[in-house]
Amino acid sequence: MNAKRRRDAASTANEERGVLTRQERRTTGEAVPSTGRRVVVVGYGPTAHRLVEALAAGGFAGTVTVLGEEPRPAYDRVALTSYLAGRTVEDLTYPVPGGAAVTVTVTVGARVVDVDRESRTVVTAAGEAVPYDVLVLATGSAPFVPPVPGNDLPGCFAYRTIDDLDAIREAARDGGPGVVVGGGLLGLEAADALRGLGLTTHVVEMSDRLLPRQVDEGGGAVLRNHIEALGLTVHTGAGVAAVEPGPDGRAARLVKPDGEAIDARVVVFSAGIRPRDELARRCGLAVGERGGVVVDAAMRTSDPRVYAVGECALAGGMVYGLVGPCFTQAEVAADRILGGTATFEGADPSAKLKLLGVEVAQFGATAGALDVTYMDPVAGIYKRLFVSDDARTLLGGICVGDAAPYDTLRPFVGRDLPGTPSDLLFAGAGGDRVDLPDDAQVCSCNNVTRGRVRAAVVEHGLTDVQGVKECTRAGTTCGSCVPMLKRILAESGVEVGKALCEHFAYSRAELFDIVQVRGITTFSRLIAEHGTGRGCDICKPVVASILASLGNGHILDGEQAALQDTNDHFLANIQKNGTYSVVPRVPGGEITPEKLIVIGEVARDFGLYTKITGGQRIDLLGARVEQLPRIWKRLVDAGFESGHAYGKALRTVKSCVGSTWCRYGVQDSVGLAIALELRYRGLRAPHKLKSAVSGCARECAEARSKDFGIIATERGWNLYVGGNGGFTPRHADLLAADLPADELVRLIDRFLMFYIRTADRLQRTSAWLENLDGGLDYLREVIVEDSLGICADLDAQMERHVADYADEWRATLEDPERLRRFVSFVNAPGTPDPSIAFETEREQIKPTLIPLEAVSR
Amino acid sequence: MSVLQESPAMAGRPAGERAWTPVCRYADLLPDRGAAALVGHDQVAVFRTFEGGLYAIGNRDPYSGAYVLSRGIVGSRGAEPTVASPMHKQVFSLLTGVSLDDPATAVPTYPIRVTDGTVEVGLDRAA
Ligand code: SRM
Ligand SMILES: Cc1cc2nc3c(=O)[nH]c(=O)nc-3n(C[C@H](O)[C@H](O)[C@H](O)COP(=O)(O)OP(=O)(O)OC[C@H]3O[C@@H](n4cnc5c(N)ncnc54)[C@H](O)[C@@H]3O)c2cc1C
Ligand code: SF4
Ligand code: FES
Repeated sequence: MNAKRRRDAASTANEERGVLTRQERRTTGEAVPSTGRRVVVVGYGPTAHRLVEALAAGGFAGTVTVLGEEPRPAYDRVALTSYLAGRTVEDLTYPVPGGAAVTVTVTVGARVVDVDRESRTVVTAAGEAVPYDVLVLATGSAPFVPPVPGNDLPGCFAYRTIDDLDAIREAARDGGPGVVVGGGLLGLEAADALRGLGLTTHVVEMSDRLLPRQVDEGGGAVLRNHIEALGLTVHTGAGVAAVEPGPDGRAARLVKPDGEAIDARVVVFSAGIRPRDELARRCGLAVGERGGVVVDAAMRTSDPRVYAVGECALAGGMVYGLVGPCFTQAEVAADRILGGTATFEGADPSAKLKLLGVEVAQFGATAGALDVTYMDPVAGIYKRLFVSDDARTLLGGICVGDAAPYDTLRPFVGRDLPGTPSDLLFAGAGGDRVDLPDDAQVCSCNNVTRGRVRAAVVEHGLTDVQGVKECTRAGTTCGSCVPMLKRILAESGVEVGKALCEHFAYSRAELFDIVQVRGITTFSRLIAEHGTGRGCDICKPVVASILASLGNGHILDGEQAALQDTNDHFLANIQKNGTYSVVPRVPGGEITPEKLIVIGEVARDFGLYTKITGGQRIDLLGARVEQLPRIWKRLVDAGFESGHAYGKALRTVKSCVGSTWCRYGVQDSVGLAIALELRYRGLRAPHKLKSAVSGCARECAEARSKDFGIIATERGWNLYVGGNGGFTPRHADLLAADLPADELVRLIDRFLMFYIRTADRLQRTSAWLENLDGGLDYLREVIVEDSLGICADLDAQMERHVADYADEWRATLEDPERLRRFVSFVNAPGTPDPSIAFETEREQIKPTLIPLEAVSR
Repeated sequence: MSVLQESPAMAGRPAGERAWTPVCRYADLLPDRGAAALVGHDQVAVFRTFEGGLYAIGNRDPYSGAYVLSRGIVGSRGAEPTVASPMHKQVFSLLTGVSLDDPATAVPTYPIRVTDGTVEVGLDRAA
């Protein structure tokens, strides 16, 4: 399967990197006694897995026997919480590594209870004895459970394994309050999980702030605000004295040392980790005062035939609780077993996490001679940098609420700052332009430098993050470095500009020409002849729009149906809760009282939220898919048609009341607006199109903020093009003045068709015009003077559009085949989506939002 | 070579039972498009790809909370069949349910098969 394919690619890449680079940093040249043909690995967690993978990739010719206590092969523990969000055990499980020379045997459900270093055998709980030449302890760590009464009651859990999570999920089914003991990284992750399981959640933290190891007081306060705003209760400066049972014998409350009790049906202990060094102690290996198997820089324990790697190892006086350093240790040990000379020289315990929706990051040192702090309590942002006493060298930093400095500055730890500390903190986006050195580490989980990523991009011609992941492994673990990888791709000059997506190497304009010139009418033919793969959410709607602009019938017919964005697919605009909006066309904003009443009646009968839009028409919101045909049947019967509020198509032509009524008006702006809206309705384009007509220069219709705007003059009409009122407002430019109506229409026809032919995907006319070589003058040459000789073509195309127009909704209602898709469930067409619920606000409905479990990392 | 075995202590654990729910005719599914189905209490998004492959993943978009993945655009990333959430366009693998833009997030996947032209989705019942 794919996960496997990706990892295979990664292990091949591993042969070329990592281990070799570390050999160059060798510090010792001594002979290596600790090699041999039979390797036994105790523990099968992520570190053990990486070790075996590195042995296999390094061509180890011998047997590797892995004994793991858990009832399943190693899995991605970093992603453990995603198991509660629906990932399966199979998704998380690593494939068992293999290779041509090596024989790997993994036994799960096998706990090692003893090591006999004399006879060089390990013994499992089932009594099996396994001989070794080299032993690797990769036993990881266990959550620390404070030794208080009741800590083992039913309802008390650790948060470490898939089995733990199964048990927690089961216990949470009965609901009730949940308490997490420990406000560190793992504790907050567990709290997030309890909240996701629907429990009222408390966090109890011994120290005076959350994340005491990562953030300082200021950061902790900001974090606390965020978390309390999510409805969690935080108790700092509080330990646990006991867990007390209820009448059913299950945990009922947690008692703090001050005697205060917190109701708790589920208690999760996450108050730090303890290295699992019990085997090492038992067989007399050196262990640290506060735990951990003592190892040297080669990851060897006090017995040179025994290595210890991962969270059970005490390397350079440190136990590393992050997977990045553990992986590096595994690679060092594997290199040694293969006869190499790699060393482990410590690692930076940086971390960037999204906890309960809040970005938290810490890198490098958590103190320094000087520091600079930026704090915005209202926005919940706290950033602090630590620098050397000359304010030049970056030592570390802490961010809460906005982790951008982590991406840009972490690689500079120990180097000269790329700017003044305050600029770097305040600049925000400015920081993005900071240039990184090549040896800066960008992925700390997998120890990948910027240079390595850049080299991979060049050597393998990579064009996207997925490729970088497959080649270098960067970004495959916690994912926090992905934004950085994107930047490096961009810096490496990856041609992102022109190619639409991975499936087409052409721009939208080029595809338009191909489709037109070759007379292509289906996506399948286009991608078979001019692309690769099966398309995506970028190219499919683009091709759908090109096919529609070129007049290929109803957009829901045949293969075209599968290309449409959900909005076009249901001829309605999706809303945040999965319902849709209904916007009937009201040309020029003019509407009879009868029609107004019909809209009112439909909205009332279907219970829809009703609002006057900014486009001079009426939006009915909150319709479920299966209601759409019935709603539209009523509207179509009353003479309404689709307003294309869902399409990249003409939206509205707004009007002012004009000369018919207004004492200043010089032309009939309403009449013209209606005529234009009817002419261009249904016209599919690279982006939506808007227009307006004002009856005099007072401009009540705001025509100059539209893609094409018309303003009446004493002698005719002025045509303005390329206006925008959205993201980047732009006043439209005057293309031609005092035009009679027929000439005006012809110019607009050509303007629109030329734009449709040549614009990029999702490029409004304003951006298109600004990027057009030669600008407005060039446009005038092409569509007024016909300098390219294409005007007859453009005119003919528009005539075809006008002649072929048919209301999409009417055509859909007439065709049972097209109507089949409008059901909530294929196997229960009468059942409405049970997740959609409404509440009342100002006498109308409003969506009741589904609570989101925070997306973790 | 690699061998995965269970310790003798673990052998003989009962396997979970799998229940199959018929959801629609294969021919009812449009190529490269999805449909939502109710399987037990789960909302499942069922997809038929252009090549004829069938996939089933959870219908809930984990980023917006809305049950809409069946309405996304089907496509591919490299060799992997995908669907893009119609809400904010995050892309999910139809094979694994993992978000390809953010591997820490994923939706469940379900076994799916065709029996006599009827598409069936499997649910594992704990033993
Ligand atoms: C309903 C409405 C707001 C309202 O209650 O008044 C609205 C609602 C939406 N607008 Fe708008 N816009 C509405 C008038 C406007 C206007 C004012 C106008 O048209 O006079 C503007 C600025 C003018 C302009 O477009 O230049 C406007 C600028 C945008 C933009 C920014 C476009 C840009 O290029 O800068 C977007 C985003 C986009 O299209 O990419 C947007 C997108 C949206 C979407 C489609 C967002 C979405 O994808 O869900 C909203 C959903 C509409 C729906 O019915 O479900 N809406 N939007 C207005 C509908 C007008 C109509 O009758 O069709
Ligand atoms: C919820 C959670 C989230 C995390 N998030 C992150 C993160 O975002 N970033 C990050 O860098 N790190 C994170 N970590 C930490 C990361 O998971 C660990 O660093 C990593 O798992 C260490 O791997 P390991 O193989 O050394 O130890 P472990 O994963 O603990 O594996 C050791 C294995 O050995 C087995 N074992 C122990 N003793 C024996 C024995 N005597 N016989 C047989 N088997 C034995 C254990 O059962 C276990 O399966 C997270 C951890 C958790 C629990
Ligand atoms: S733009 Fe001129 S004609 Fe139209 S309403 Fe305003 S003042 Fe009257
Ligand atoms: S830093 Fe974790 S995957 Fe790159």
